[in-house]
Amino acid sequence: MSEQKPQKRKMNFSVLKRILGYIFRYYKWHFLLVIACILITALCTIQSTLFTRTLIDEYITPLLSASSPDFAPLAARLMKLAAILLLGVVTSYSYNRIMVTVSQGTMEHLRCDLFTHMESLPIKYFDTHSHGDIMSVYTNDIDTLRQLIGQSIPQIVNSAATICTTFVSMVIMNIPLTIISLCMIGVMLKTSGNLGAKSREYFIRQQKDLGSVNGYIEEMLSGQKVVKVFNHEAKAIEEFEQRNHALRESASNANKYANIMMPVMGNLGNISYVLCAVIGAWLALSGGFGLTLGTLVSFLSLNKSFSMPVTQISQQIASIIGAMAGAERVFEVMDEESEYDEGYVELVNVKEDEEGNLTETTEKTDLWAWRHPHQAEGTVTYQKLQGKLNFYDVDFSYDGKKMVLHDIDIDAEPGQKIAFVGSTGAGKTTITNLINRFYDIADGKIRYDDININKIRKPALRKSLGMVLQDTHLFTGTVMDNIRYGRLDATDEECMEAAMLARADSFIRRLPEGYNTMLKGDGGNLSQGQRQLLAIARCAVADPPAMILDEATSSIDSRTERIVQAGMDALMKGRTTFVIAHRLSTVRNSDCIMVLEQGRIIERGSHDELIAKKGRYYQLYTGNAIAE
Amino acid sequence: MIKTLLGEIREYKHDTLMTPVYTALEVVMEVLIPYVTAWIIDRGINAGNLEAVVLYGGLMLIMAFLSLYFGTQAGKYAASAATGFAKNVRDDMYKKIQTYSFSNIDKYSTAGLVTRMTTDVTNLQNAFQMIIRIAVRPPLMLVSSVVMCFVISPDLSTIFLVAVAVLGVALALIMTHAMPAFSQVFSRYDDLNASVQENISGIRVVKAFVREDYENEKFKKAAGNLKNLFVKAESLVALNNPSMMLVVYGCIISLSWFGAQHVVAGSITTGNLTSMFSYVMSILVSLMMLSMVFVMITISSAAIKRVTEVLNEEPDMKNPENPVTEVEDGSIDFDHVNFSYRSGDGDYVLKDINLHIDSGQTIGILGPTGSGKSTLVALISRLYDATEGSVKVGGRDVREYDMQALRDQVSVVLQNNVLFSGSILDNLRWGKEDATEEECIEACRLACADEFIEQMPDKYNTHIEQGGTNVSGGQRQRLCIARALMKKPKVLILDDSTSAVDTATDAKIRQAFREKIPGTTKLIISQRISSIEDADKIIVLYRGAVSGFDTSEKLLETNDLYRQVYETQVNGGGDFDRQD
Repeated sequence: MSEQKPQKRKMNFSVLKRILGYIFRYYKWHFLLVIACILITALCTIQSTLFTRTLIDEYITPLLSASSPDFAPLAARLMKLAAILLLGVVTSYSYNRIMVTVSQGTMEHLRCDLFTHMESLPIKYFDTHSHGDIMSVYTNDIDTLRQLIGQSIPQIVNSAATICTTFVSMVIMNIPLTIISLCMIGVMLKTSGNLGAKSREYFIRQQKDLGSVNGYIEEMLSGQKVVKVFNHEAKAIEEFEQRNHALRESASNANKYANIMMPVMGNLGNISYVLCAVIGAWLALSGGFGLTLGTLVSFLSLNKSFSMPVTQISQQIASIIGAMAGAERVFEVMDEESEYDEGYVELVNVKEDEEGNLTETTEKTDLWAWRHPHQAEGTVTYQKLQGKLNFYDVDFSYDGKKMVLHDIDIDAEPGQKIAFVGSTGAGKTTITNLINRFYDIADGKIRYDDININKIRKPALRKSLGMVLQDTHLFTGTVMDNIRYGRLDATDEECMEAAMLARADSFIRRLPEGYNTMLKGDGGNLSQGQRQLLAIARCAVADPPAMILDEATSSIDSRTERIVQAGMDALMKGRTTFVIAHRLSTVRNSDCIMVLEQGRIIERGSHDELIAKKGRYYQLYTGNAIAE
Repeated sequence: MIKTLLGEIREYKHDTLMTPVYTALEVVMEVLIPYVTAWIIDRGINAGNLEAVVLYGGLMLIMAFLSLYFGTQAGKYAASAATGFAKNVRDDMYKKIQTYSFSNIDKYSTAGLVTRMTTDVTNLQNAFQMIIRIAVRPPLMLVSSVVMCFVISPDLSTIFLVAVAVLGVALALIMTHAMPAFSQVFSRYDDLNASVQENISGIRVVKAFVREDYENEKFKKAAGNLKNLFVKAESLVALNNPSMMLVVYGCIISLSWFGAQHVVAGSITTGNLTSMFSYVMSILVSLMMLSMVFVMITISSAAIKRVTEVLNEEPDMKNPENPVTEVEDGSIDFDHVNFSYRSGDGDYVLKDINLHIDSGQTIGILGPTGSGKSTLVALISRLYDATEGSVKVGGRDVREYDMQALRDQVSVVLQNNVLFSGSILDNLRWGKEDATEEECIEACRLACADEFIEQMPDKYNTHIEQGGTNVSGGQRQRLCIARALMKKPKVLILDDSTSAVDTATDAKIRQAFREKIPGTTKLIISQRISSIEDADKIIVLYRGAVSGFDTSEKLLETNDLYRQVYETQVNGGGDFDRQD
């Protein structure tokens, strides 16, 4: 393990400000009330501390010298004190209880905002960040905030209030002793700062080691079956132990420094106490500054309540630093730029009368139209959706450096089936990701029914394109819920019809609870083929005007595929379809086949044309057919 | 559950024990210090004796330093013990997982196991440290403070006894109600995180169907529910502080009242009274800590459950008493084999399988999705145990072999194959740890991986990223085949392992198998007729049963299913993906 330079993490005040901003946005009055309650509680607490002096100076000492002690005034005074302290208890409960609402409410808002924002992020974000990392923002980072808002902030307000009230009382009582106490507080702060820095250094190393252990577990466990098949267990354990050991080293050091914080601070407090006692006694005896015995005794307990909150705050520092780091990561996600949508053309259902006039309707018709608003005139015009798609000299790059698509030209007439073939990495999936604007092109133009797709609102564009993706993802819920994902207002019957079309019906009925079978963990209890059938059914129920099928049938065996194919053909009828497939049977009856190689279309045409051409397609085709 | 975890302390017993010992010493100092402060007040300040103040002040300083020493020692041991404990737990969990059989592994998700081994163990570590460090503190503090009070004034101390009893009951009531509320919160929290996970991995689906708003609504509802549960649980905990204050204030007032009378009556001194006020504070602080410990235990109880679950999971496959370590030959027999993933539910994935395969034969396996192809071959290397009937390799039931020996001689290339971060050579040596580079190259030649490896800048030392993401699907599959060949197995099983390899290369690999390893029994699962057509025999599986077991020509005559697939594929079938 390479020696790490001590890294000092400074408190990031803009982050703190932002968190407070969150609290204030939704819980301004709650929070102010909390502060008020904390102040009242602190004032009441100081009453109980100060009372020692009153008790000794005003009651006990006179009573000692009185011949017939009268306890009645003391009783009255105690009643008054009881009332004040009771108020303190009430306000203490109030702020504790209100703080629960504030902290949990703020957490809820934070979580929802984070999630909503995440949903709005472009696909690129998810490509460039590991899913485990994003996940840990929700689990680890948000959790540190829970502690910050729920505990650290009230604790600090409380401690600050105690420090202020105590300080004022101390100043009123005796200035030289106050100065001594202050000096000691300075020493305490310095010490805690040093210890904290040491501890932080190891905490950072610990996080790094934890990351290394985490990464190792993740990698090995996701390949655990391979480990078993290769009898690699002993080796895997050996390597794990090494990393685990390093983690323990750094964790032990980090905790050591955090742990000794408390005794160090507490005993510095004791030293401060002794100093005040000795000097106070000397002052009282020499009669300096009018220090009475009762005052000194009271001052000494004030000295205790002065160093206690400082100790408490210093203990909070570690968790505050952690929370700040967590908050920073939360806000980092929230500051990521959302998907940009400059489109204004909408997709609507329309009815057509005899003369061919289109009228917008909210009911579901089979007719779709693009609605163009014309801002200058304040009018709208409708254009029937046909499903024509054109690429003009499209270039694309994921990272702005390495081009993955060059000069792509595609003409898809309405209702045509366009197929893409080529090796993995040739850019087939990328092309389809450009059509629905998961990514934006670098150069060239894509037009949909002769409208530049940048002018179409993204939701409208995506609704018009049904997608069955390479990796099937299902959601927790019943099979029915998952099919209905395609169209939320679909009835049960419509979902079942779609399943029948996708030939998913028969396997669904064989599931333990049929359509009501719960799917969990991304449909882990279904086979890959079954999941894909569900994905096709999900697309079918959406009934989109155009479709993109990305190797949708790659994991289904040829026989099942043939069955699905029949359903798919029915589904594709009258719709423009883009198919990425690696089986000849899927591709053959396409209107146009594009052969891609290294981001370029090297051949295009119908199956017969390409065969006649005796080029790449012919090679691939015959190579397959005569492989044996 | 707790017992399992206590067993994990092992070599850190000393540190674990020293922590409370030093803490106790520290507490003793802390308790004595107010007593000395009473002397400072009574014998020094009240008596007007500066020397006494300095003397007792010096004594107090010494005690403060002792307390400091004990405190830091306790802190040091606590850190060592807690992190050592956590290390042992992680080690044991990892070792335990390594003993899991496939069906054990199926039970857990990778993400779930990672959380258990990191976040959950960290929670345990914190709880453990808190317990050994702080849990002994409040009771000790409480007892010794009360004892000190008794020393000063037994009469006045009854106040504390009453107070502690009242508070104890109050805290117990709060906690017994809060604990179940918290465990409810944490299970709901897991659900919420699971749904976030789903959204992250399925973001393309969400966006393709324009379901962002729908997902947001769903999430808001779940987050709102979680909040309400949290508020419910934490509201109870919010009672902790005020009830403690109530009791402490009660003590102060009664102490003032009765204390004043005692001082006047001369039974205690003013200094003693002030010390007693200090003890009230100590008691307050220790009770606060105690309630924090309770909260901590509540929060970690979910973690305890999840961790012990992993530790106590029994691997459902064990080595036999006197295991056989040598596999005679590559013959395979299935004798009335039934198999179900969940034993006892009668939902058989394989039904009455009877097969005999001669050593050295090449067998193709074909069948629709879900027909049980992968399950069938998984039984051969005993990745799962047959529910009924017997699977034999080399004439012996697989359950008689040493598992490691069996798996070394029956090599499987799994359907979802994985490469690990490290060089290509590192990955290949999984098959044989001490393999020379020549052996590795030889295996790669057989698997036709040699050609692309030679073209890489670092050749066999090329670094493979986690999951093998920097090589194409077809290359990955060929590397996996090479890795499996490193074992020089008697039986080689390819579970759909050439699906991303182009047909020409696929044919070359099979040819190499025929020529170079003729003695090895080869089982090839494929969806491509071309990959299995030339096999000695083909098993056609349909819904968990063998529908045909013969040569391709015979099957074309007798088996409808085979003929159908054959016709679709050969008359316009095949694969397009060409991998470079």
